[in-house]
Amino acid sequence: MKADSEGVRTGIHYLDGDRAAAEGAIAAGCRFFAGYPITPSTESAEHISERFPQVGGIFIQMEDEIGSITAVIGAAWGGARSMTVTSGPGISLMMENIGLAAMLETPCVIANVQRGGPSTGLPTMVGQADVMQARWGSHGDYEIIAYAPESPQEAFDLTVKAFNMSERYRTPVIVLLDECVGHMVEKVTIPEADEIEIEPRRLTKAPIGEYLPYAYGEDLVPDMALAGMGYRFHVTGLTHDERGYPDMSEACQEWLVPRLLEKIRANADDIIQFVEEDTEGADVVVLSYGISARVSRLAIQMAREKGLKVGFLRLQAVWPFPEKRIAELAKQIRSFVVVEINLGQIFYEVQRCAAGQCETLLSPHAGGGVHRPENILKVIEKGAKAK
Amino acid sequence: MKQEIRITGFGGQGIILAGVIVGKAASIYAEKNATMTQSYGPEARGSSCSTQVIIDEQDILYPYIRESDVLVALSQEGYAKFVGELKPGGTLIYDEDLVNLGEAKKDLKLFPIQAQRIAETDLGRRIVTNIVMLGYFTAASEAVPKEAMIEAIKTSVPKGTIELNLQAFERGYDEHAQRQGKK
Repeated sequence: MKADSEGVRTGIHYLDGDRAAAEGAIAAGCRFFAGYPITPSTESAEHISERFPQVGGIFIQMEDEIGSITAVIGAAWGGARSMTVTSGPGISLMMENIGLAAMLETPCVIANVQRGGPSTGLPTMVGQADVMQARWGSHGDYEIIAYAPESPQEAFDLTVKAFNMSERYRTPVIVLLDECVGHMVEKVTIPEADEIEIEPRRLTKAPIGEYLPYAYGEDLVPDMALAGMGYRFHVTGLTHDERGYPDMSEACQEWLVPRLLEKIRANADDIIQFVEEDTEGADVVVLSYGISARVSRLAIQMAREKGLKVGFLRLQAVWPFPEKRIAELAKQIRSFVVVEINLGQIFYEVQRCAAGQCETLLSPHAGGGVHRPENILKVIEKGAKAK
Repeated sequence: MKQEIRITGFGGQGIILAGVIVGKAASIYAEKNATMTQSYGPEARGSSCSTQVIIDEQDILYPYIRESDVLVALSQEGYAKFVGELKPGGTLIYDEDLVNLGEAKKDLKLFPIQAQRIAETDLGRRIVTNIVMLGYFTAASEAVPKEAMIEAIKTSVPKGTIELNLQAFERGYDEHAQRQGKK
Protein backbone atom coordinates (compact mmCIF):
# COMPACT_ATOMS: atom_id res chain seq x y z
CA MET A 1 0.00 0.00 0.00
CA LYS A 2 1.02 3.66 -0.34
CA ALA A 3 1.88 6.08 2.45
CA ASP A 4 -0.87 8.22 3.96
CA SER A 5 -0.35 11.67 2.45
CA GLU A 6 -1.28 13.31 5.75
CA GLY A 7 2.01 12.19 7.28
CA VAL A 8 4.30 12.82 4.32
CA ARG A 9 5.91 16.25 4.28
CA THR A 10 6.69 16.18 0.57
CA GLY A 11 9.35 18.66 -0.47
CA ILE A 12 12.97 19.69 -0.07
CA HIS A 13 14.09 20.29 3.50
CA TYR A 14 17.29 21.15 5.33
CA LEU A 15 17.21 18.63 8.17
CA ASP A 16 19.51 16.86 10.56
CA GLY A 17 19.59 13.06 10.60
CA ASP A 18 17.58 12.87 13.83
CA ARG A 19 14.71 14.88 12.39
CA ALA A 20 14.96 13.15 9.02
CA ALA A 21 14.54 9.79 10.78
CA ALA A 22 11.51 11.23 12.58
CA GLU A 23 10.01 12.33 9.25
CA GLY A 24 10.73 8.86 7.85
CA ALA A 25 8.86 7.30 10.76
CA ILE A 26 5.85 9.57 10.31
CA ALA A 27 5.84 8.96 6.54
CA ALA A 28 5.92 5.21 7.26
CA GLY A 29 2.77 5.55 9.34
CA CYS A 30 4.25 5.73 12.84
CA ARG A 31 1.64 7.27 15.11
CA PHE A 32 2.87 6.20 18.54
CA PHE A 33 6.07 7.34 20.19
CA ALA A 34 7.22 6.70 23.75
CA GLY A 35 10.64 7.89 24.75
CA TYR A 36 12.94 9.46 27.25
CA PRO A 37 14.95 12.18 25.52
CA ILE A 38 18.70 11.71 25.55
CA THR A 39 21.52 13.41 23.66
CA PRO A 40 22.26 13.03 20.76
CA SER A 41 18.82 11.67 19.87
CA THR A 42 16.72 14.44 21.47
CA GLU A 43 16.05 16.31 18.22
CA SER A 44 14.21 13.25 16.94
CA ALA A 45 11.86 13.09 19.94
CA GLU A 46 11.41 16.87 19.87
CA HIS A 47 10.50 16.79 16.20
CA ILE A 48 7.99 13.99 16.65
CA SER A 49 6.40 15.85 19.58
CA GLU A 50 5.85 18.81 17.25
CA ARG A 51 4.62 16.78 14.30
CA PHE A 52 2.37 14.21 15.99
CA PRO A 53 -0.40 16.65 16.96
CA GLN A 54 -0.68 17.50 13.24
CA VAL A 55 -1.19 13.86 12.24
CA GLY A 56 -3.13 12.45 15.19
CA GLY A 57 -0.21 10.59 16.73
CA ILE A 58 0.38 9.90 20.41
CA PHE A 59 3.64 11.13 21.95
CA ILE A 60 4.46 10.13 25.52
CA GLN A 61 7.51 11.29 27.40
CA MET A 62 7.97 8.28 29.67
CA GLU A 63 9.56 7.96 33.09
CA ASP A 64 12.58 6.14 31.65
CA GLU A 65 13.78 4.00 28.75
CA ILE A 66 12.45 0.75 30.19
CA GLY A 67 8.94 2.20 30.25
CA SER A 68 9.48 3.67 26.78
CA ILE A 69 10.24 0.42 24.97
CA THR A 70 7.52 -1.39 26.90
CA ALA A 71 4.91 1.19 25.84
CA VAL A 72 6.13 0.89 22.25
CA ILE A 73 5.56 -2.88 22.33
CA GLY A 74 2.12 -2.44 23.89
CA ALA A 75 1.14 0.14 21.29
CA ALA A 76 2.10 -2.24 18.49
CA TRP A 77 -0.26 -4.88 19.92
CA GLY A 78 -2.92 -2.18 20.08
CA GLY A 79 -2.48 -1.65 16.34
CA ALA A 80 -0.13 1.32 16.10
CA ARG A 81 3.10 1.57 14.20
CA SER A 82 5.32 2.56 17.05
CA MET A 83 8.86 3.63 17.76
CA THR A 84 11.28 5.00 20.29
CA VAL A 85 14.53 6.90 19.92
CA THR A 86 17.47 6.75 22.28
CA SER A 87 21.24 6.61 22.72
CA GLY A 88 24.01 5.13 24.86
CA PRO A 89 22.73 4.41 28.38
CA GLY A 90 19.15 4.48 27.07
CA ILE A 91 19.60 1.67 24.56
CA SER A 92 21.27 -0.40 27.27
CA LEU A 93 18.23 0.03 29.50
CA MET A 94 15.94 -1.02 26.65
CA MET A 95 17.74 -4.27 25.97
CA GLU A 96 15.62 -6.59 28.13
CA ASN A 97 12.42 -5.61 26.40
CA ILE A 98 13.93 -5.53 22.92
CA GLY A 99 14.26 -9.25 23.61
CA LEU A 100 10.59 -9.29 24.63
CA ALA A 101 9.68 -7.64 21.31
CA ALA A 102 11.70 -10.31 19.48
CA MET A 103 10.06 -13.11 21.50
CA LEU A 104 6.50 -11.77 21.02
CA GLU A 105 7.30 -11.02 17.36
CA THR A 106 6.26 -7.42 17.74
CA PRO A 107 6.77 -5.03 14.82
CA CYS A 108 8.40 -1.85 16.16
CA VAL A 109 11.36 0.42 15.44
CA ILE A 110 14.10 1.58 17.79
CA ALA A 111 16.44 4.33 16.64
CA ASN A 112 19.78 4.43 18.44
CA VAL A 113 21.82 7.56 17.73
CA GLN A 114 25.19 6.21 18.81
CA ARG A 115 27.47 8.32 20.98
CA GLY A 116 30.82 7.53 22.57
CA GLY A 117 30.73 4.94 25.37
CA PRO A 118 30.88 2.83 27.46
CA SER A 119 28.52 4.16 30.14
CA THR A 120 27.76 7.91 29.94
CA GLY A 121 30.89 8.25 27.81
CA LEU A 122 30.73 11.17 25.41
CA PRO A 123 27.13 12.43 25.44
CA THR A 124 27.50 14.94 22.59
CA MET A 125 30.11 13.12 20.51
CA VAL A 126 30.13 10.34 17.95
CA GLY A 127 30.65 6.60 18.38
CA GLN A 128 29.77 3.42 16.44
CA ALA A 129 30.39 0.94 19.21
CA ASP A 130 26.80 -0.31 19.69
CA VAL A 131 26.84 -2.49 16.59
CA MET A 132 27.31 -5.83 18.31
CA GLN A 133 24.92 -4.74 21.06
CA ALA A 134 22.32 -4.09 18.37
CA ARG A 135 22.70 -7.67 17.26
CA TRP A 136 22.66 -9.58 20.52
CA GLY A 137 22.31 -7.03 23.32
CA SER A 138 19.35 -8.82 24.85
CA HIS A 139 19.76 -12.26 26.35
CA GLY A 140 18.82 -15.41 24.48
CA ASP A 141 18.98 -16.38 20.83
CA TYR A 142 17.36 -14.13 18.27
CA GLU A 143 18.19 -12.36 15.04
CA ILE A 144 17.66 -8.67 14.53
CA ILE A 145 17.47 -6.27 11.59
CA ALA A 146 19.52 -3.07 11.78
CA TYR A 147 20.11 -0.29 9.25
CA ALA A 148 22.91 2.30 9.42
CA PRO A 149 22.33 5.50 7.41
CA GLU A 150 25.23 7.66 6.20
CA SER A 151 23.31 10.91 5.71
CA PRO A 152 20.09 12.65 6.75
CA GLN A 153 18.55 11.61 3.42
CA GLU A 154 19.32 8.00 4.15
CA ALA A 155 18.08 8.41 7.74
CA PHE A 156 14.70 9.20 6.17
CA ASP A 157 14.83 6.43 3.58
CA LEU A 158 16.10 3.68 5.89
CA THR A 159 13.67 4.54 8.68
CA VAL A 160 10.82 3.99 6.22
CA LYS A 161 12.46 0.70 5.28
CA ALA A 162 12.92 -0.22 8.96
CA PHE A 163 9.17 0.10 9.53
CA ASN A 164 8.41 -1.95 6.45
CA MET A 165 10.78 -4.74 7.44
CA SER A 166 9.47 -4.75 11.02
CA GLU A 167 5.99 -5.38 9.63
CA ARG A 168 7.06 -7.94 7.03
CA TYR A 169 9.03 -10.06 9.48
CA ARG A 170 7.28 -9.09 12.72
CA THR A 171 10.46 -8.12 14.48
CA PRO A 172 11.96 -5.12 16.22
CA VAL A 173 14.20 -3.23 13.78
CA ILE A 174 16.99 -0.94 14.90
CA VAL A 175 18.02 2.19 13.01
CA LEU A 176 21.65 2.67 14.00
CA LEU A 177 22.42 6.29 13.44
CA ASP A 178 25.53 7.87 14.86
CA GLU A 179 25.86 11.30 16.46
CA CYS A 180 27.52 12.70 13.37
CA VAL A 181 24.73 11.65 10.99
CA GLY A 182 22.12 12.51 13.64
CA HIS A 183 23.37 16.05 14.10
CA MET A 184 24.52 16.66 10.56
CA VAL A 185 22.21 18.95 8.59
CA GLU A 186 21.81 18.43 4.86
CA LYS A 187 19.26 18.61 2.11
CA VAL A 188 16.58 15.93 2.46
CA THR A 189 14.10 15.28 -0.33
CA ILE A 190 10.83 13.75 0.84
CA PRO A 191 8.91 12.22 -2.08
CA GLU A 192 5.19 12.27 -2.75
CA ALA A 193 3.14 9.93 -0.56
CA ASP A 194 2.22 7.72 -3.52
CA GLU A 195 5.91 7.14 -4.19
CA ILE A 196 6.44 5.65 -0.72
CA GLU A 197 5.58 1.97 -0.44
CA ILE A 198 4.25 0.91 2.96
CA GLU A 199 4.11 -2.68 4.16
CA PRO A 200 0.71 -3.43 5.69
CA ARG A 201 0.50 -5.22 9.02
CA ARG A 202 0.11 -8.99 8.71
CA LEU A 203 -3.32 -9.38 10.26
CA THR A 204 -4.98 -12.74 10.63
CA LYS A 205 -8.06 -13.61 8.57
CA ALA A 206 -8.86 -16.68 10.68
CA PRO A 207 -12.44 -17.04 11.89
CA ILE A 208 -12.97 -16.02 15.52
CA GLY A 209 -12.27 -19.06 17.69
CA GLU A 210 -9.84 -20.62 15.22
CA TYR A 211 -6.97 -18.17 15.50
CA LEU A 212 -3.61 -19.49 16.62
CA PRO A 213 -1.27 -16.56 17.30
CA TYR A 214 1.95 -18.42 16.60
CA ALA A 215 0.93 -20.76 13.80
CA TYR A 216 3.02 -19.95 10.73
CA GLY A 217 3.31 -20.72 7.06
CA GLU A 218 6.11 -21.02 4.52
CA ASP A 219 7.73 -17.67 5.19
CA LEU A 220 7.93 -18.56 8.90
CA VAL A 221 6.12 -15.38 9.99
CA PRO A 222 2.82 -15.78 11.91
CA ASP A 223 -0.15 -13.50 11.27
CA MET A 224 -1.08 -11.06 13.99
CA ALA A 225 -4.29 -10.28 15.84
CA LEU A 226 -4.60 -6.95 17.59
CA ALA A 227 -6.23 -6.14 20.89
CA GLY A 228 -9.85 -5.27 20.19
CA MET A 229 -10.25 -7.23 16.95
CA GLY A 230 -12.41 -9.80 18.74
CA TYR A 231 -9.91 -12.63 19.04
CA ARG A 232 -9.04 -14.13 22.40
CA PHE A 233 -5.32 -14.65 22.53
CA HIS A 234 -2.39 -14.59 24.87
CA VAL A 235 1.19 -13.44 24.36
CA THR A 236 4.05 -14.00 26.77
CA GLY A 237 7.80 -13.72 26.97
CA LEU A 238 7.87 -17.27 28.26
CA THR A 239 8.52 -19.99 25.74
CA HIS A 240 5.10 -20.50 24.15
CA ASP A 241 3.25 -22.85 21.85
CA GLU A 242 1.23 -21.92 18.77
CA ARG A 243 -1.68 -20.87 20.97
CA GLY A 244 0.64 -18.38 22.66
CA TYR A 245 0.42 -20.21 25.99
CA PRO A 246 3.51 -20.92 28.08
CA ASP A 247 5.05 -24.31 27.40
CA MET A 248 8.38 -24.42 29.14
CA SER A 249 9.63 -27.62 27.60
CA GLU A 250 12.70 -28.49 25.62
CA ALA A 251 10.47 -29.55 22.74
CA CYS A 252 8.60 -26.23 22.60
CA GLN A 253 11.85 -24.25 22.83
CA GLU A 254 13.12 -26.27 19.85
CA TRP A 255 9.86 -25.56 18.00
CA LEU A 256 9.92 -21.81 18.70
CA VAL A 257 13.40 -20.32 18.95
CA PRO A 258 15.09 -21.69 15.79
CA ARG A 259 12.20 -20.19 13.79
CA LEU A 260 12.75 -16.75 15.37
CA LEU A 261 16.26 -16.83 13.91
CA GLU A 262 15.37 -18.61 10.69
CA LYS A 263 12.64 -16.15 9.65
CA ILE A 264 15.41 -13.52 9.38
CA ARG A 265 18.22 -15.81 8.13
CA ALA A 266 16.14 -17.47 5.41
CA ASN A 267 14.97 -14.06 4.18
CA ALA A 268 18.34 -12.32 4.53
CA ASP A 269 18.58 -11.57 0.80
CA ASP A 270 15.34 -9.60 1.01
CA ILE A 271 16.54 -7.59 4.00
CA ILE A 272 20.22 -7.03 3.28
CA GLN A 273 21.08 -3.78 1.58
CA PHE A 274 24.53 -2.56 0.63
CA VAL A 275 26.25 -0.36 -1.94
CA GLU A 276 29.16 -1.85 -3.84
CA GLU A 277 31.50 0.26 -5.96
CA ASP A 278 34.53 -0.66 -8.08
CA THR A 279 35.17 -4.05 -6.46
CA GLU A 280 35.88 -5.63 -9.87
CA GLY A 281 39.65 -5.97 -10.14
CA ALA A 282 40.24 -4.33 -6.77
CA ASP A 283 43.14 -5.33 -4.53
CA VAL A 284 41.58 -3.79 -1.45
CA VAL A 285 37.90 -3.45 -0.55
CA VAL A 286 37.12 -0.85 2.09
CA LEU A 287 34.06 -1.87 4.12
CA SER A 288 32.27 0.65 6.28
CA TYR A 289 28.89 2.07 7.32
CA GLY A 290 27.30 5.23 8.71
CA ILE A 291 29.44 8.35 8.87
CA SER A 292 32.64 6.29 8.63
CA ALA A 293 31.61 5.21 5.13
CA ARG A 294 31.62 8.80 3.92
CA VAL A 295 34.99 9.54 5.44
CA SER A 296 36.29 6.29 3.92
CA ARG A 297 35.37 7.51 0.44
CA LEU A 298 37.74 10.43 0.84
CA ALA A 299 40.52 8.02 1.83
CA ILE A 300 39.67 5.84 -1.20
CA GLN A 301 40.00 8.88 -3.49
CA MET A 302 43.42 9.58 -1.97
CA ALA A 303 44.46 5.93 -2.43
CA ARG A 304 43.39 5.93 -6.09
CA GLU A 305 45.43 9.05 -6.68
CA LYS A 306 48.39 6.94 -5.55
CA GLY A 307 47.45 4.29 -8.13
CA LEU A 308 45.96 1.73 -5.74
CA LYS A 309 43.02 -0.41 -6.85
CA VAL A 310 40.44 0.07 -4.14
CA GLY A 311 36.80 -1.00 -4.10
CA PHE A 312 34.12 -0.02 -1.62
CA LEU A 313 31.39 -1.91 0.18
CA ARG A 314 29.05 0.24 2.25
CA LEU A 315 26.64 -1.56 4.54
CA GLN A 316 23.20 0.04 4.69
CA ALA A 317 21.90 -2.98 6.55
CA VAL A 318 24.39 -4.01 9.23
CA TRP A 319 22.21 -6.94 10.38
CA PRO A 320 21.67 -9.42 8.89
CA PHE A 321 25.25 -9.47 7.64
CA PRO A 322 26.06 -9.91 3.92
CA GLU A 323 28.03 -13.09 4.57
CA LYS A 324 27.79 -14.52 1.06
CA ARG A 325 29.05 -11.39 -0.67
CA ILE A 326 31.97 -10.99 1.76
CA ALA A 327 32.98 -14.62 1.20
CA GLU A 328 32.86 -14.17 -2.61
CA LEU A 329 34.90 -10.98 -2.54
CA ALA A 330 37.45 -12.52 -0.17
CA LYS A 331 38.45 -14.93 -2.94
CA GLN A 332 39.13 -12.08 -5.39
CA ILE A 333 41.02 -9.50 -3.35
CA ARG A 334 44.12 -9.08 -1.22
CA SER A 335 42.41 -7.53 1.76
CA PHE A 336 39.39 -5.98 3.38
CA VAL A 337 39.89 -2.75 5.30
CA VAL A 338 37.13 -2.22 7.85
CA VAL A 339 36.56 1.37 8.97
CA GLU A 340 34.41 1.91 12.05
CA ILE A 341 34.33 4.20 15.10
CA ASN A 342 35.04 1.42 17.58
CA LEU A 343 37.96 -0.83 18.33
CA GLY A 344 36.79 -3.75 16.21
CA GLN A 345 33.21 -5.04 15.93
CA ILE A 346 32.10 -5.48 12.31
CA PHE A 347 35.81 -6.16 11.68
CA TYR A 348 35.49 -9.57 13.34
CA GLU A 349 32.39 -10.39 11.29
CA VAL A 350 34.27 -9.59 8.09
CA GLN A 351 37.23 -11.65 9.24
CA ARG A 352 34.91 -14.58 10.01
CA CYS A 353 33.24 -14.42 6.60
CA ALA A 354 36.53 -13.93 4.75
CA ALA A 355 37.63 -17.20 6.38
CA GLY A 356 41.30 -16.73 5.65
CA GLN A 357 40.79 -16.21 1.91
CA CYS A 358 42.24 -12.70 2.24
CA GLU A 359 43.63 -10.41 4.93
CA THR A 360 41.20 -8.41 7.04
CA LEU A 361 42.54 -5.16 8.49
CA LEU A 362 40.93 -2.70 10.87
CA SER A 363 41.09 1.07 10.84
CA PRO A 364 39.84 1.71 14.38
CA HIS A 365 38.74 4.88 16.19
CA ALA A 366 37.86 5.03 19.87
CA GLY A 367 35.12 7.64 19.37
CA GLY A 368 34.59 11.34 19.94
CA GLY A 369 35.38 12.17 16.32
CA VAL A 370 35.58 10.67 12.87
CA HIS A 371 38.66 9.10 11.29
CA ARG A 372 41.29 11.26 9.73
CA PRO A 373 41.31 10.10 6.09
CA GLU A 374 45.12 9.92 6.24
CA ASN A 375 44.89 7.22 8.91
CA ILE A 376 42.51 5.14 6.78
CA LEU A 377 44.84 5.63 3.82
CA LYS A 378 47.73 4.09 5.79
CA VAL A 379 45.69 0.93 6.42
CA ILE A 380 44.64 0.78 2.74
CA GLU A 381 48.29 1.01 1.73
CA LYS A 382 49.13 -1.83 4.08
CA GLY A 383 46.19 -3.84 2.74
CA ALA A 384 47.35 -3.37 -0.86
CA LYS A 385 50.59 -5.16 0.02
CA ALA A 386 48.88 -8.17 1.58
CA LYS A 387 49.46 -11.50 -0.15
CA MET B 1 34.78 25.86 -5.32
CA LYS B 2 34.82 24.26 -1.91
CA GLN B 3 34.24 26.57 1.06
CA GLU B 4 34.82 25.56 4.66
CA ILE B 5 33.17 27.92 7.11
CA ARG B 6 33.14 27.95 10.90
CA ILE B 7 30.92 30.15 13.07
CA THR B 8 31.77 30.20 16.76
CA GLY B 9 30.53 31.85 19.93
CA PHE B 10 28.64 31.01 23.09
CA GLY B 11 25.56 28.81 23.48
CA GLY B 12 22.57 31.18 23.31
CA GLN B 13 23.99 33.53 20.68
CA GLY B 14 22.21 31.74 17.85
CA ILE B 15 25.38 30.22 16.44
CA ILE B 16 23.74 26.94 15.41
CA LEU B 17 20.83 28.74 13.74
CA ALA B 18 23.35 30.87 11.84
CA GLY B 19 24.98 27.67 10.57
CA VAL B 20 21.62 26.22 9.55
CA ILE B 21 20.80 29.40 7.61
CA VAL B 22 24.11 29.42 5.73
CA GLY B 23 23.80 25.71 4.89
CA LYS B 24 20.18 25.97 3.87
CA ALA B 25 20.90 29.02 1.70
CA ALA B 26 23.69 27.19 -0.11
CA SER B 27 21.98 23.82 -0.52
CA ILE B 28 18.34 24.71 -1.11
CA TYR B 29 18.45 28.23 -2.54
CA ALA B 30 21.83 28.23 -4.30
CA GLU B 31 21.76 24.58 -5.47
CA LYS B 32 25.09 23.49 -4.09
CA ASN B 33 25.81 20.77 -1.56
CA ALA B 34 26.09 22.00 2.01
CA THR B 35 26.72 19.96 5.13
CA MET B 36 26.31 21.67 8.48
CA THR B 37 27.60 20.10 11.68
CA GLN B 38 27.72 21.41 15.21
CA SER B 39 29.66 20.85 18.37
CA TYR B 40 28.75 21.85 21.87
CA GLY B 41 29.11 20.67 25.43
CA PRO B 42 26.38 19.25 27.70
CA GLU B 43 25.51 22.78 28.92
CA ALA B 44 22.51 24.55 27.40
CA ARG B 45 23.79 28.13 27.63
CA GLY B 46 27.03 29.99 27.94
CA SER B 47 29.50 27.30 26.95
CA SER B 48 31.63 27.51 23.87
CA CYS B 49 29.83 26.35 20.77
CA SER B 50 30.55 26.23 17.09
CA THR B 51 29.07 25.17 13.80
CA GLN B 52 30.80 24.11 10.63
CA VAL B 53 29.39 24.45 7.15
CA ILE B 54 31.04 22.81 4.16
CA ILE B 55 29.81 24.07 0.80
CA ASP B 56 30.80 22.33 -2.42
CA GLU B 57 29.60 21.56 -5.93
CA GLN B 58 30.87 17.99 -5.40
CA ASP B 59 29.54 15.44 -2.91
CA ILE B 60 30.72 16.29 0.58
CA LEU B 61 32.43 13.21 1.96
CA TYR B 62 34.26 14.54 4.99
CA PRO B 63 31.72 16.55 6.98
CA TYR B 64 34.17 18.52 9.11
CA ILE B 65 36.60 21.33 8.46
CA ARG B 66 40.12 20.34 7.52
CA GLU B 67 41.31 23.90 6.82
CA SER B 68 38.81 26.73 7.05
CA ASP B 69 38.27 29.44 4.47
CA VAL B 70 36.12 31.62 6.72
CA LEU B 71 35.95 31.98 10.50
CA VAL B 72 33.12 34.01 12.03
CA ALA B 73 33.92 34.69 15.70
CA LEU B 74 31.46 36.00 18.27
CA SER B 75 33.51 35.10 21.35
CA GLN B 76 37.09 35.34 22.51
CA GLU B 77 37.17 31.67 23.44
CA GLY B 78 35.91 30.57 20.04
CA TYR B 79 38.36 32.85 18.26
CA ALA B 80 41.30 31.53 20.27
CA LYS B 81 40.26 27.95 19.68
CA PHE B 82 39.72 28.12 15.93
CA VAL B 83 41.87 30.89 14.44
CA GLY B 84 44.65 28.36 13.95
CA GLU B 85 42.63 26.29 11.48
CA LEU B 86 42.17 29.24 9.09
CA LYS B 87 44.11 28.71 5.90
CA PRO B 88 46.71 31.31 4.85
CA GLY B 89 44.85 34.24 3.30
CA GLY B 90 41.62 33.07 4.98
CA THR B 91 38.79 35.37 5.99
CA LEU B 92 38.30 36.31 9.65
CA ILE B 93 35.01 38.01 10.46
CA TYR B 94 34.68 39.02 14.10
CA ASP B 95 32.82 41.22 16.54
CA GLU B 96 35.50 43.66 17.63
CA ASP B 97 33.73 44.33 20.95
CA LEU B 98 33.80 40.63 21.81
CA VAL B 99 37.05 39.47 20.28
CA ASN B 100 40.52 40.85 20.91
CA LEU B 101 42.77 39.61 18.12
CA GLY B 102 45.96 39.91 20.14
CA GLU B 103 48.86 38.92 17.93
CA ALA B 104 46.79 37.90 14.93
CA LYS B 105 48.20 35.86 12.11
CA LYS B 106 49.46 38.32 9.53
CA ASP B 107 48.12 36.74 6.38
CA LEU B 108 44.37 36.92 7.06
CA LYS B 109 41.69 39.10 5.53
CA LEU B 110 40.22 40.88 8.55
CA PHE B 111 36.59 42.00 8.71
CA PRO B 112 35.68 43.56 12.08
CA ILE B 113 32.14 44.61 12.99
CA GLN B 114 30.28 45.59 16.15
CA ALA B 115 27.42 43.21 15.48
CA GLN B 116 26.13 42.95 19.03
CA ARG B 117 26.20 46.74 19.49
CA ILE B 118 24.35 47.25 16.19
CA ALA B 119 21.74 44.70 17.24
CA GLU B 120 21.25 46.39 20.61
CA THR B 121 21.34 50.06 19.65
CA ASP B 122 20.20 50.21 16.01
CA LEU B 123 17.69 47.38 16.07
CA GLY B 124 16.80 47.34 19.77
CA ARG B 125 17.15 43.56 20.05
CA ARG B 126 20.38 41.93 21.06
CA ILE B 127 18.96 38.57 19.98
CA VAL B 128 19.49 39.40 16.30
CA THR B 129 23.27 39.75 16.70
CA ASN B 130 23.70 36.49 14.79
CA ILE B 131 21.68 37.75 11.84
CA VAL B 132 23.54 41.08 11.72
CA MET B 133 26.68 38.97 11.59
CA LEU B 134 25.23 36.86 8.76
CA GLY B 135 24.52 39.99 6.73
CA TYR B 136 28.10 41.14 7.19
CA PHE B 137 29.39 37.64 6.46
CA THR B 138 27.39 37.49 3.23
CA ALA B 139 28.86 40.75 1.96
CA ALA B 140 32.41 40.15 3.19
CA SER B 141 32.87 36.47 2.27
CA GLU B 142 30.71 36.21 -0.87
CA ALA B 143 30.40 32.53 0.03
CA VAL B 144 26.62 32.43 -0.52
CA PRO B 145 24.44 34.70 -2.71
CA LYS B 146 22.51 37.38 -0.80
CA GLU B 147 19.14 36.34 -2.25
CA ALA B 148 19.66 32.76 -1.10
CA MET B 149 20.52 33.96 2.41
CA ILE B 150 17.35 36.05 2.55
CA GLU B 151 15.20 33.08 1.50
CA ALA B 152 16.89 30.89 4.09
CA ILE B 153 16.32 33.46 6.86
CA LYS B 154 12.64 33.76 5.95
CA THR B 155 12.13 30.01 6.30
CA SER B 156 14.29 29.53 9.41
CA VAL B 157 13.38 32.23 11.94
CA PRO B 158 10.13 32.22 13.95
CA LYS B 159 7.08 33.71 12.22
CA GLY B 160 6.52 37.24 13.46
CA THR B 161 10.25 37.95 13.58
CA ILE B 162 10.96 37.75 9.86
CA GLU B 163 10.87 41.50 9.30
CA LEU B 164 13.18 42.24 12.23
CA ASN B 165 15.59 39.56 11.10
CA LEU B 166 15.64 40.83 7.53
CA GLN B 167 16.34 44.34 8.84
CA ALA B 168 19.18 42.94 10.91
CA PHE B 169 20.53 41.11 7.87
CA GLU B 170 20.42 44.22 5.66
CA ARG B 171 22.03 46.33 8.38
CA GLY B 172 24.92 43.88 8.64
CA TYR B 173 25.18 43.63 4.86
CA ASP B 174 25.36 47.44 4.48
CA GLU B 175 27.94 47.69 7.24
CA HIS B 176 30.41 46.00 4.93
CA ALA B 177 30.02 48.63 2.19
CA GLN B 178 30.22 51.42 4.79
CA ARG B 179 33.40 50.09 6.30
CA GLN B 180 34.98 49.44 2.90
CA GLY B 181 34.08 53.02 1.89
CA LYS B 182 35.91 54.42 4.91
CA LYS B 183 39.11 52.58 4.10
